[in-house]
Amino acid sequence: MNGGDDVVVASEEPLQPLEWKFSQVFGERAAGEEVQEVDIISAIEFDKSGNHLATGDRGGRVVLFERTDSKDQHGSRRDLESTDYSSSRHPEFRYKTEFQSHEPEFDYLKSLEIEEKINKIKWCQTANGSVFLLSTNDKTIKFWKVQEKKVKKISDMNIDPSKAIGNGSSSSNSNSSKPHLANGGSSDKSYNYPSNDFSFPPGGLPSLRLPSVVSHETSLLARCRRVYAHAHDYHINSISNNSDGETFISADDLRINLWNLEISNQSFNIVDVKPTNMEDLTEVITSAEFHPTHCNTLAYSSSKGSIRLIDLRQSALCDSHAKLFEEQEAPGSRSFFTEIIASISDIKFAKEGRYILSRDYMTLKLWDINMDSGPVSTFRVHEYLRPKLCDLYENDSIFDKFECCLSGDGSRVSTGSYSNLFRVFGCAPGSTEATTLEASKNPTRRQVPTPSRPSRSLGNSLTRVVRRGAENTGVDANGNSFDFTTKLLHLAWHPSENSIACAAANSLYMYYA
Amino acid sequence: MAMVDQPLYPIAVLIDELKNEDIQLRLNSIRRLSTIARALGEERTRKELIPFLSENNDDDDEVLLATAEELGVFVPYVGGVEHASVLLPPLETLCTVEETCVRDKSVESLCRIGAQMREQDLVDHFIPLVKRLASGEWFTARVSSCGLFHIAYPSAPEALKTELRTIYGQLCQDDMPMVRRSAATNLGKFAATVEAAHLKTDIMSVFDDLTQDDQDSVRLLAVEGCAALGKLLEPQDCVAHILPVIVNFSQDKSWRVRYMVANQLYELCEAVGPDSTKTELVPAYVRLLRDNEAEVRIAAAGKVTKFSRILSPELAIQHILPCVKELSTDSSQHVRSALASVIMGMAPVLGKDATIEQLLPIFLSLLKDEFPDVRLNIISKLDQVNQVIGIDLLSQSLLPAIVELAEDRHWRVRLAIIEYIPLLASQLGVGFFDDKLGALCMQWLKDKVYSIRDAAANNVKRLAEEFGPEWAMQHIIPQVLDMINDPHYLYRMTILHAISLLAPVLGSEITSTNLLPLVVNAAKDRVPNIKFNVAKVLQSIIPIVEESVVESTIKPCLVELSEDPDVDVRFFASQALQSSDQVKMSS
Repeated sequence: MNGGDDVVVASEEPLQPLEWKFSQVFGERAAGEEVQEVDIISAIEFDKSGNHLATGDRGGRVVLFERTDSKDQHGSRRDLESTDYSSSRHPEFRYKTEFQSHEPEFDYLKSLEIEEKINKIKWCQTANGSVFLLSTNDKTIKFWKVQEKKVKKISDMNIDPSKAIGNGSSSSNSNSSKPHLANGGSSDKSYNYPSNDFSFPPGGLPSLRLPSVVSHETSLLARCRRVYAHAHDYHINSISNNSDGETFISADDLRINLWNLEISNQSFNIVDVKPTNMEDLTEVITSAEFHPTHCNTLAYSSSKGSIRLIDLRQSALCDSHAKLFEEQEAPGSRSFFTEIIASISDIKFAKEGRYILSRDYMTLKLWDINMDSGPVSTFRVHEYLRPKLCDLYENDSIFDKFECCLSGDGSRVSTGSYSNLFRVFGCAPGSTEATTLEASKNPTRRQVPTPSRPSRSLGNSLTRVVRRGAENTGVDANGNSFDFTTKLLHLAWHPSENSIACAAANSLYMYYA
Repeated sequence: MAMVDQPLYPIAVLIDELKNEDIQLRLNSIRRLSTIARALGEERTRKELIPFLSENNDDDDEVLLATAEELGVFVPYVGGVEHASVLLPPLETLCTVEETCVRDKSVESLCRIGAQMREQDLVDHFIPLVKRLASGEWFTARVSSCGLFHIAYPSAPEALKTELRTIYGQLCQDDMPMVRRSAATNLGKFAATVEAAHLKTDIMSVFDDLTQDDQDSVRLLAVEGCAALGKLLEPQDCVAHILPVIVNFSQDKSWRVRYMVANQLYELCEAVGPDSTKTELVPAYVRLLRDNEAEVRIAAAGKVTKFSRILSPELAIQHILPCVKELSTDSSQHVRSALASVIMGMAPVLGKDATIEQLLPIFLSLLKDEFPDVRLNIISKLDQVNQVIGIDLLSQSLLPAIVELAEDRHWRVRLAIIEYIPLLASQLGVGFFDDKLGALCMQWLKDKVYSIRDAAANNVKRLAEEFGPEWAMQHIIPQVLDMINDPHYLYRMTILHAISLLAPVLGSEITSTNLLPLVVNAAKDRVPNIKFNVAKVLQSIIPIVEESVVESTIKPCLVELSEDPDVDVRFFASQALQSSDQVKMSS
């Protein structure tokens, strides 16, 4: 209710495919420019109102963007900057601030390096015009507050600052004052304060004055409020806020822990899939998310392609799931890769919490939580890669973890692919919408056919897929022209508008429809 | 820049440091806010200092917390109660910050000030503040407002009272769960100020909403409200309105809610009275004792004694005891442990016969539990049973349990049982101790773990205190002193430590005739660590023994040690010599 745009449910005819247009790009690379590893974006998240966007990168930084076109935004009293697109109605963002969230660390007990890479960012409840967010790397979650702070300039001191700067300078003053210690804890002893029976004149001492503060401008300040550490033996893959506004979960490969936002020194283990003997391990947790409105429901996905729904009310340690969603594999279709590509890399609840979207290597699946027999719909993301699974396995691409997202009204879903492509599907009944876009200034320059067509015809279009910054280079002899290295893993859909933010290496591209 | 008179210099520094870069200095200044206020005088405090503090609201949490706390006791410095309302604005701002502890402190301070304010000032200043906070844009303000209603309400005129009740009702239905939680938490306090007529209508309907909230965390807090509200209502209203809610909660889908009920049920019994307790709450409690979530059973098991105490023995035997039997073999060790920590207290409730017949088998089975905590918990409360049935019935099972714990491979378990040995000794009597436990106490002195040896030495001292010097001389001292010849220097050191502890208990004579010769002998040890510990022990013995003994025995020994080749030995020996001189001088 606070500080949010009211949700405008898209009223387009669901059958009408959206026409996506380029909106903005942040951190665009010049042709041929090398990408610095640390600059590669590793997390994208809109806040609930859609007025803010955060990205995290491999260098441990979090960058915040704020919406500029919205009328009723909080926290920004500055004039809108004049931009080229100032008259448009679609969401426009501008750089707000950035801060170093995580630093590389070394776990001396386990002789492990802990990367600073930001795995996930989640926004928390806004308060008093400040924004709050959780960011996590592999091991440590941090709670950040970003506020506008007045730049203070203090004037009107009682003591001439030139005489009273630093430790002990006041000792030159021959009277009772002893040098004051930088450590304020012990300064009680170092001052000779007038004791309680010291009689002040009834009107006070007119020569004393309070320092006055002159503030000229404000600056944004990010402060780490809490650090939730030492609770995960394995790498954290997700964090998710509860609708109660006071708790959140963090999930690693084998366990899910429940935290109170205000308590950083204890968490409760609520899911533990670690077998007594690690050799019996067949399945790991890949992603977990709280239900958007039911405080006691959470879903987690596994490397075997199943999604489990947990009811926190049932017991303290949720060993048994309330519901299990998985698709029976078609008989005879089993191959060496079946299990690998079934692994779910990301799940998202739709806004009302009725549907869950999941992404595995080849498909997006939409599940109705009231129907555990199978997905409501399945969207093939890059079917033309199926013959190449062997190559993808050899260069480890098959283990890439693509994220997925839903539009605010739940009528469309989106996810990324290789060659900086991403796809948007209509999931409303009867919709055949299936758009392929490229994260570039001209998103529609490649016409990849819809998956309903036979995959053979993909050959033509693939020849046009080329490495960025090196236009018109030809296809190699095998036709392997699409680029494994430019993968679009991270993207997010604006909570109330048709606007998508996606990450192509170090660049953040925004599109609208 | 102004020049300040010399005597004012410290205050001037204090004031300047309100804005220092260093947070410690700012904190220090805030902690001295009353000094600053007195230096400025009441009028300037009102007109300058307080507005200054109102603006100073984006400081670090620690500073804001300190400010909130100081302002709570600031009424005298602004000119007394008639000016108390000037303190409200800075605290109002602090009520809106996002750090919970700052808000809580501000609310606390506001309540403290509000309680002193004159009625008209409350109406003019305090109530508008509550209303502003309750309609605050950010949830933080609304959260804070909930804790202020009980101060605002009593002095409000009738129309305003109605409004305040309405506002509170809205807060209980706020969009933000944080606000609803705060409203649920503070409902009891607010209800206590509301007139009986409105209590049954407005407050109860608000309460009903909270008990049906879809956020578990809100319902949890509503459980706590049950007891508070129940005490305010007439017993028949309580039975009509609160009881069904409690019974519902005890069957809530969420184990956390049931856990809360298990923890609170005892207090709820008081609110509903004995009859309804018997018919409604006992069945509810029995269900909780048999809950399928272990956490709930742990909470419920921990309350069996308290609960039995408010029931008649017959009811307890009829309803509670069967559950206790089941719990004593519960699959969760934590449940058994929680039960073991309170079950001994049931003996006085049930009386001798029922205890022997019903409880004793449970005690005995818990004493054989595979989980050491369970056994320890039983042993630690032995005195409660002893008063009812005597120890004899237990002693046969007790000994194996004690021996097993005494030899447990976890040193923390051994440590825990050592702590209870003096209690056991006093309960079991000298005879039993001599036969069975004496050997154990000696064994611990040679434990592999230092903490155990340390505790064992202390244990020997406590036993000497318990049974007296003579008994000690007969039964433990010879064995202890024997060990001074142990080949391992660490064990010899333990004995030295034990001697220094025993000396004050055993008194001058025994110390000088029995203990001192051994210590002096140990001064010839080949290990320097022993030697400097001898010096330390001698130093501790000096005040205990006769001066002639000091001169004839202790001093020569120390002098010898003070010429030892080892530097540490020399150091401690000379330190002991010095202290002996001091003792002499002071006497």
